[in-house]
Amino acid sequence: MASASDVLHRQQSSTTSLRLSRFREIGIIVFLILVIGITLIFKPDFLRPINIRSILLWVPLVIIVATGEMMVIITRGIDVSVGSILAFSGIVVGMVFRDNPDFNIYLGVLLGILLGAILGIINGALIAWAKIPPIITTLGTLSVYRGLVFIVSGGRQIDPNHVPVDLIRWSQRGPFGLQWLPWVVLIALGVAVLAALFLKYTQRGRNIYAIGSNPDAARLRGIPVETTTFLVYLLTGAAAGLAGILYASRFGFVNPGETGVGFELTVIAAVVIGGTNVFGGSGSVLGVVLGSLLLGTISVALSVLGVASTWQLAVYGFVILLAVSVDALIQRELRRATTGE
Amino acid sequence: MTDKTPVIQAKKINMAFGGVQVLTDVDLSIYPGEVHGLIGENGAGKSTLVKILAGVHQPKSGEITLRDDVVNIPDPQTATRMGIALIHQEPLTFPDLDVAENIFIGHQPRSNGLPRIDWRTMYARSAEILGSLGVDLDPHAKVRGLSVADQQMVEMAGALSRDATVLLMDEPTAALTPNEVEDLFVIIRHLREQGVAIVFISHRLEEISAICDRITVLRDGRWVGERRPEETTTDEIIQLMVGRPLSALFDRGINHKTGEPLLEVQGLSRIRKFQDISFEVRAGEIVGMAGLVGAGRTDVARALFGTLNIDRGTVRIQGKEVHIKQPSDALAHGMVYVPEDRQHNGLLMPMSVSNNMTLAALEKISIGNWLRKSREDQYAMDYVEKLRIVLRNVDQPVRELSGGNQQKAVLAKWLMAEPKIILLDEPTRGIDIGAKAEVHRLIGELASRGLAILMISSEMPEILAMSDRIIVMREGMISGHFTREEATAERIIAAATGQTLQEA
Repeated sequence: MASASDVLHRQQSSTTSLRLSRFREIGIIVFLILVIGITLIFKPDFLRPINIRSILLWVPLVIIVATGEMMVIITRGIDVSVGSILAFSGIVVGMVFRDNPDFNIYLGVLLGILLGAILGIINGALIAWAKIPPIITTLGTLSVYRGLVFIVSGGRQIDPNHVPVDLIRWSQRGPFGLQWLPWVVLIALGVAVLAALFLKYTQRGRNIYAIGSNPDAARLRGIPVETTTFLVYLLTGAAAGLAGILYASRFGFVNPGETGVGFELTVIAAVVIGGTNVFGGSGSVLGVVLGSLLLGTISVALSVLGVASTWQLAVYGFVILLAVSVDALIQRELRRATTGE
Repeated sequence: MTDKTPVIQAKKINMAFGGVQVLTDVDLSIYPGEVHGLIGENGAGKSTLVKILAGVHQPKSGEITLRDDVVNIPDPQTATRMGIALIHQEPLTFPDLDVAENIFIGHQPRSNGLPRIDWRTMYARSAEILGSLGVDLDPHAKVRGLSVADQQMVEMAGALSRDATVLLMDEPTAALTPNEVEDLFVIIRHLREQGVAIVFISHRLEEISAICDRITVLRDGRWVGERRPEETTTDEIIQLMVGRPLSALFDRGINHKTGEPLLEVQGLSRIRKFQDISFEVRAGEIVGMAGLVGAGRTDVARALFGTLNIDRGTVRIQGKEVHIKQPSDALAHGMVYVPEDRQHNGLLMPMSVSNNMTLAALEKISIGNWLRKSREDQYAMDYVEKLRIVLRNVDQPVRELSGGNQQKAVLAKWLMAEPKIILLDEPTRGIDIGAKAEVHRLIGELASRGLAILMISSEMPEILAMSDRIIVMREGMISGHFTREEATAERIIAAATGQTLQEA
């Protein structure tokens, strides 16, 4: 009995879900305005150029890696080894620069991406074909890759005078020498745009959503589940590799025991806050960019307000829990509206 | 029939899962422009057979011919490329993606020459295909939240978008309402006219005879006959399916002594699940609950047991109003629920038989806070004997038992809690006929001991043979109420499907 009331219900619930899916991005923006507003009350000059610059320099690393991490989470996986991959790429390429001062920085970037991709390939192969659960695999490689960083570097850090000046300049100036829009920001936006196009307009990109939305159906529909799973870890590794070089550019050093430690938490926070469903199947690059921006703003606001940096992790944690709770509530309402469960 | 050569032909297919033979020398030929019914009891091997044709399973031996070539179908992808599409019992859709993508996933239209997906063409062609099926669905709508029938249409549209010439439908009507079934039949007939070869699996004989051009009957993994609907009778088909006349099934007999009402339900409602459900079950009585899959019967049982909240209504147990918020409340009032899905809701598969059996009565086997293994084994052994469960020993993992014995183990678990009221959900689904009779005998015994039993079942013979009274549900409401004397299969089906009966 597909009565008129059924049809009406269906239409209502589809508009509700539409409204709620938009709600996420708008929610982040509202929250962002809230954070800025509150900070402005205590520090009226919060939006000084120097603080905006701090925010802009904070986000690129997160955006780049979080874009990859989002794809992993869409496939119902997780990659906690990104911080170690970032450090590995940063330290190896840093050593190459140190030992060959004339090394082409673009080749260096390429090398960093390649190294990251190789470590990502190891993750991907273990997860896709050896069928080891993602959390176990990447928890293992988190330690293994970090160990490699120490072994390769002998525990020595890459100092600022070893990082090519041109590379450091990527974090200082942008096109036409613009100070407020450094190249690293544009690189991150470029990565985000490419990822968004990939996810929207290629079959491989759509397959990522499909295998996260219903893995059994994906397999029966002939979607290459293993290859696709492998690909997302490879891409995330490559993204972390690129981020390693940009880390050297931004901070001017790479330290085996410090660089990228705990970075996975920030990245996962950005992905989750950005509205990616932790149970897989949905997520958007725009959400991740906004999520990163929110975290960056909170981070800078906290330091401007004089809150100790040790508190920052707790604040991230709180924001993640808030985001996930709001999500859970929305999901429950949606389910109730559509199925009565 | 229409053409001389079959589109697809399976010869002497053999298949085994973990040492259990599920198909033995099965043959099947499907011609273009034909709807071929595949019928048989649960476990007869129907699904396995179509899954082999769709590349999901690999046969142990046998040959598949596509048109004139012997082919090997190693995976679903290959089957898809050959034009073979499988519509699953439970629609296999992607809830996070929209309708158009669900149709075209894996073969999205591209902008000329580029790897770029052409979304506009995809939406346009989706609308076109859905239109040709006569389905009113927005290609932009997310699939999450669509009805099962609509999701099935999306899957059918997907098959058409890939130009499928062989359409394998595994119980497509199991979760549909009668009107939705009619809509589906219109589409199936339309596809048949276009020369698509269709395999149609169903349990419902009346559907099979309404839509099929030929019927193949399977029993216990073997081919037992092929008939044309106009040349056969329902009785003959049933006899082929069951291998014996209907009367050989367990019959509990009539005129049981019943006592006070133990369970009284008044106006129970839950939004989008069921409305205004009222009935009672007396001591010593078995009340059968009939209806189509998805009519809301399981939800009523879950609500009574406290795993689904109710919006309105009252429940009385032994005359006292109770508020059951969680299963432990139900247990405290002496009511247990034996769910349909043993695998997910009934048993902890890797744990031992004795661990499983004593789960609902831990206080009986413990001293203080400590469980006593010796008592556990003693209790388990006791029930193994009572219920005649066949096993090596009670420490055996429960997953190693056969379906029938697993079902008895679930029963044992709840019987150990010494309930007054038992809610049974499809107590014999997926177990073989011999074990079925055993379970039926057991249920009968429980009733004669003065327990109140509500038995949800989709199997007509079971409902008719076991129940003292029969409640029929349709679309979340009670649509019929029969005493044992009044009940006939026709009346129950009419109530379950909302059709009026032409009878004197």
